[in-house]
Amino acid sequence: MARAPRSKTPADAVRYLLDGEIRTVGAVEPTRTVLQHLREDLGRTGTKEGCAEGDCGACTVVLAELDGRRVRYRAINSCIQFLPTLDGKALVTVEGLKNRRTGTLHPAQAAMADGHGSQCGFCTPGFVMSLFALYKTDPAPDRIGINDALAGNLCRCTGYRPIVDAARTMYALGRAVPQRDQDWCTAPAGSKSKPAAESEAGLARALKALRRGKSLVLGHPGGTFYAPRTAAELAALRVRLPEARMLAGGTDVGLWVTKQHRPLGDLLYVGAATDLQRIVVTAEHLDIGAAVSLTYAFSAIERAYPASREVLRRFASPPIRNAGTLAGNVANGSPIGDSMPPLIALGARVVLRHGDARRELPLEALYLAYQRMAMQPGEFVERVLVPLPRTGLQFATYKVSKRFDQDISAVCAAFALVVERGTVGSARVAFGGLAATPKRASACEAALTGRPWTEATCEQAAAALGTDFAPITDMRASAAYRLAVAQNLLRKFHLETSGALAGAPSRLYDLHQVPA
Amino acid sequence: MNDPRLFQGTAAARGSVGEPVRHESAHLHVSGEAAYTDDIREARGTLHAAFGLSQRAHARIKAMDLAAVRAAPGVAAVITAADIPGANDVGPILHDDPILAADEVQYLGQPIFLVAAETVDEARRAARLATVEYEELPAILTIEDALSRQSFVLPTVTLERGDWGAALAGAPHRLKGSFRIGGQEQFYLEGQVAYAVPKEDGDMLVYSSTQHPGEVQMVVAHALRVGVHRVVVECRRMGGGFGGKETQAALPAAAAAVMARHTGRPVKLRYDRDDDITITGKRHDYLVEYEVGFDGAGRILGLDLMFASRCGFSADLSGPINDRTVMHADNCYWLPNVRIVSHRCRTHTQSNTAFRGFGGPQGMLGSEHVVDEIAHHLGLDPLAVRKANFYGASRDLTPYGMQVEDFVADRLFDELERSSEYGLRRDAIRKWNATSPIVKRGIAMTPVKFGIAFTATFFNQASALVHVYQGDGSVLLNHGGTEMGQGLFTKVAQVVAHEFGIDLDRVRVSASDTARIPNASATAASSGSDLNGKAAQAAAREIKARLVAFAAERFKVSPESIRFAANHVEVGEHRLTFAELVRMAYLARVQLWAGGFYKTPKIHYDPKTLKGRPFFYFAYGAAVSEVAIDTLTGETKLLRADILHDVGRSLNPAIDLGQIEGGFVQGMGWLTSEELWWDGRGKLMTHAPSTYKIPVASDVPADFRVQLWARGENVEDSIHRSKAVGEPPLMLAMSVLHAIRDAVASVSAYRLSPRLNAPATPEEVLRAVTDVKARAAEAEQRKAAA
Repeated sequence: MARAPRSKTPADAVRYLLDGEIRTVGAVEPTRTVLQHLREDLGRTGTKEGCAEGDCGACTVVLAELDGRRVRYRAINSCIQFLPTLDGKALVTVEGLKNRRTGTLHPAQAAMADGHGSQCGFCTPGFVMSLFALYKTDPAPDRIGINDALAGNLCRCTGYRPIVDAARTMYALGRAVPQRDQDWCTAPAGSKSKPAAESEAGLARALKALRRGKSLVLGHPGGTFYAPRTAAELAALRVRLPEARMLAGGTDVGLWVTKQHRPLGDLLYVGAATDLQRIVVTAEHLDIGAAVSLTYAFSAIERAYPASREVLRRFASPPIRNAGTLAGNVANGSPIGDSMPPLIALGARVVLRHGDARRELPLEALYLAYQRMAMQPGEFVERVLVPLPRTGLQFATYKVSKRFDQDISAVCAAFALVVERGTVGSARVAFGGLAATPKRASACEAALTGRPWTEATCEQAAAALGTDFAPITDMRASAAYRLAVAQNLLRKFHLETSGALAGAPSRLYDLHQVPA
Repeated sequence: MNDPRLFQGTAAARGSVGEPVRHESAHLHVSGEAAYTDDIREARGTLHAAFGLSQRAHARIKAMDLAAVRAAPGVAAVITAADIPGANDVGPILHDDPILAADEVQYLGQPIFLVAAETVDEARRAARLATVEYEELPAILTIEDALSRQSFVLPTVTLERGDWGAALAGAPHRLKGSFRIGGQEQFYLEGQVAYAVPKEDGDMLVYSSTQHPGEVQMVVAHALRVGVHRVVVECRRMGGGFGGKETQAALPAAAAAVMARHTGRPVKLRYDRDDDITITGKRHDYLVEYEVGFDGAGRILGLDLMFASRCGFSADLSGPINDRTVMHADNCYWLPNVRIVSHRCRTHTQSNTAFRGFGGPQGMLGSEHVVDEIAHHLGLDPLAVRKANFYGASRDLTPYGMQVEDFVADRLFDELERSSEYGLRRDAIRKWNATSPIVKRGIAMTPVKFGIAFTATFFNQASALVHVYQGDGSVLLNHGGTEMGQGLFTKVAQVVAHEFGIDLDRVRVSASDTARIPNASATAASSGSDLNGKAAQAAAREIKARLVAFAAERFKVSPESIRFAANHVEVGEHRLTFAELVRMAYLARVQLWAGGFYKTPKIHYDPKTLKGRPFFYFAYGAAVSEVAIDTLTGETKLLRADILHDVGRSLNPAIDLGQIEGGFVQGMGWLTSEELWWDGRGKLMTHAPSTYKIPVASDVPADFRVQLWARGENVEDSIHRSKAVGEPPLMLAMSVLHAIRDAVASVSAYRLSPRLNAPATPEEVLRAVTDVKARAAEAEQRKAAA
């Protein structure tokens, strides 16, 4: 395995803020998780392990980071987050919310305790942290917003109603916090509190003081962790260390460690490269950098394509979307990744970078076979380019899974048709869950192109899906069901775009909005 | 001293019986300060253990090479079955459940060795390094397989009443059919964990996340081959149990204790989530077959029901679980002539175990399915058929011979039918469905009647220990129950505070501990507060009686005139604080602690004939669910749920409400999104939350109307006339499954009854929709041809 010369990897350490104090951690295995660090190194056992794969939320913690002059907050799953990625950030855990001077519970905690939001209590710290993140990011969420914020947290006792209620009552409790106890922690999003603003400015200063002059390089016998601060530096390291593992959000790579106990060797962390953290809107497309989280990428895509809203909000959970990146999801190439079908249907492209050289590929061309990507050694996905909407485009995307929220698709479908005077001018149809890679349905597209957008055409195109795909049976769905649903989703798309429904709902998601 | 006036309510103190006080640990839960077993500060030298698991469903172990495991970094010891000093067994009833499989493995995931290392990671990494040579044996993986090969863990049980054969033959209408009910993983958020700490002279302290410390104590003692009195098991709280820690907690505890004895060091064994789901038993899945004869009003005249459950490789609690299926197959319905056959199938899969409802839910789904089929066949509202079959005057004897003396499901039904506007909504839904081609809605109302008591009569006993401290009159309470989130500690503390007329915060509950309360039954069968509440009350009353006798003598007043209220004691004209009286009594050498004991009266039951009065009383409830389904994908969504549930006179309405809502949502998961899926080799592939989907917040309807029945009161002398609430609400979720059936039926304009199995996953619903459509089309063709 390639290894950087020792002389260039001086002893360095991770520095992050916890309860207002700088923590310095050197000589640590780069794949040590934040949860292990909290529970085993620091004895902070409030944060729980429920699954060690980012699916239950018992381990939820909140990161605070500088965003310009402001501080932004996001919930993440500490069980799959590697400790070195904390560098330069503030970590907030359930132990840090209570007012240490007065012993007063935080509004999110008090709302949960007084509203009977805990029974066995094991999931509760995770819920409290997700509520805290909501409190800091949304001043007045509706039920849908609350459902979304809690989609990554499992509770087996309460049936959630009291937790959803707590997500409402915590704001009232927050408004009742006495002036002298107000700070960045107790003040909700949009607070005009002066002491809170001053305290947040203090936090921002502390975060600023953690900024590095040089990139973090953390040596360890099992592998070195590199956190380059620019794309160029990352590209150079990638060429020098082609065997090193790219690490972005770690929402999949984390599981290789916690579940498969795989040694990962050297790690190239994308998340510190500030010039990859941007979304640039050009005349043609959204240009999304490799370090942009799914949360930010999806909000930009959703603004451009409101029809993507349901699928994008059903993608994993907020803590996963807050950590994971769009480029990482795309580069990982999972056959059941939900971002690829809509992006392929929309004609997205990826920018692959090797050193200073770049090339573009249509997204679908990235996928050669199961977990095999059209990438050369030393190359990485630097940006994802999502075209802006064209006139005449009919676009829809669908996800079918056993559970509405935070489930992996049995089938994910996306249809992008340009229909002119009743005839399909062009068709891009892509599916996840039907093949070893995310894939376009070329026979289906051919059956649509140039034909009138009618039920008969739709039926022919649906039949063609049978030649496009030979899905497999597994625990999520049978092969027959996957194909039948793929065909039915095309039928649904036709019904939705042909006016045949006369206002009748076509998606259960539409019924989530009731009642007031 | 048994004058009931002495024990009257004392509402003026805070947190007394009937008040909706919050969970005693709520402030610790939300701040992360509540300590679970894995949070206990580790003793110096603690090792961490991990199981090596069988990779075959059924095989003989020809050779097991553990050299690589032993040589792995950090490993301190590796043990196999041969290293267990005592009994290699954790079976609660039959002794067929080894700690470590010795020669033959009986399911994929069965523990075959245990490794201990300096860190959790090192132990888990090492556990994967074994080389095991198997000789494969034929594996039985399904209920059908087991039935055809007559593979059973226990003999088949048949319960009969009346001439069911003649009743079927003579009935105006007959129907027969079959359906399946899926299993369910408990998915307690805190996985199985035990921490064994060797003490001096061969004693062992085990911290265990268990619903049954007494059984863990016994199993550990037998495995170590030491006296039971040398083992102490302690559990402050569990992060959820749901039945999954009734017997299943014994395995990690015994294994950790054996390793602790082997190494002389403290050993913690905490299952990784995948291992937890792979190793432990779940709710039994069932195949149900029925034939029913009924009249034109839908009244059941004769019923023949067959239940076959997958028990897995060992008996565990499958006997009593399947008995409870038989005893709940009537649900709320009078079955004049009936046969119920119960097969307990042995398969090479996880040994299925207790899960909230304990076989009852599957039995109840049997008759609920039957009444729904009858309604479809006759074109009647299923609600009317349900009502027509309710127990009532002179039709009140269960198939197992217990008289239903407290039936209130009819009254709950009437109230809920009105308050939920069931009729109006049903009509509106049918009209709406005619205008909606893709999305269809459905509605259903189902009742619950659930028998309360352990069917094993001897389990229906409990002990408690109450200490009153002379320093300040504060009270320490300990009882044999365990806290798994259900609020037992809160309720029992309320009972004791109520007896003394003191604020709830003056009563502290300490961890369940076998050194304080011996021989405690499992906290299970919904009986926690019934049993431990009564035992604690008895202990408190004994102390109170001593205080009364002392005060009466000291102040020369009659005992009857002494009142405990609002943290004070009124003794004739004197008014003392409770603490003052306690202090006086101490100085006068009055015993200020007491043990209390309780055994449930009236119950008796013959496990051979399944006849008797197994239950002290019944808990009742009713629910109306309205769902929407997507007929192109099979996805479902619960839109509204109305629940009316009878908890008697609630000990704590907030906690009871939490049990009802939580039970309902858990039941909904069982019947909709939670699917266990084994591959062809018998490997359970749904072994993590990524693949096993329990409900999340968005699955709970925005319109969720839950009421405790205001007129509820236990006719039996239960603790403050309350009713058990742990399990019964789970079965309210049958309304969700039946609402989905109603929605599916709409695609045939309600002419055909859907063939829908549980869980109603999208795939299952789409299959049922497609099937109903195909049968409707076929019927149309036949009509056209005729």
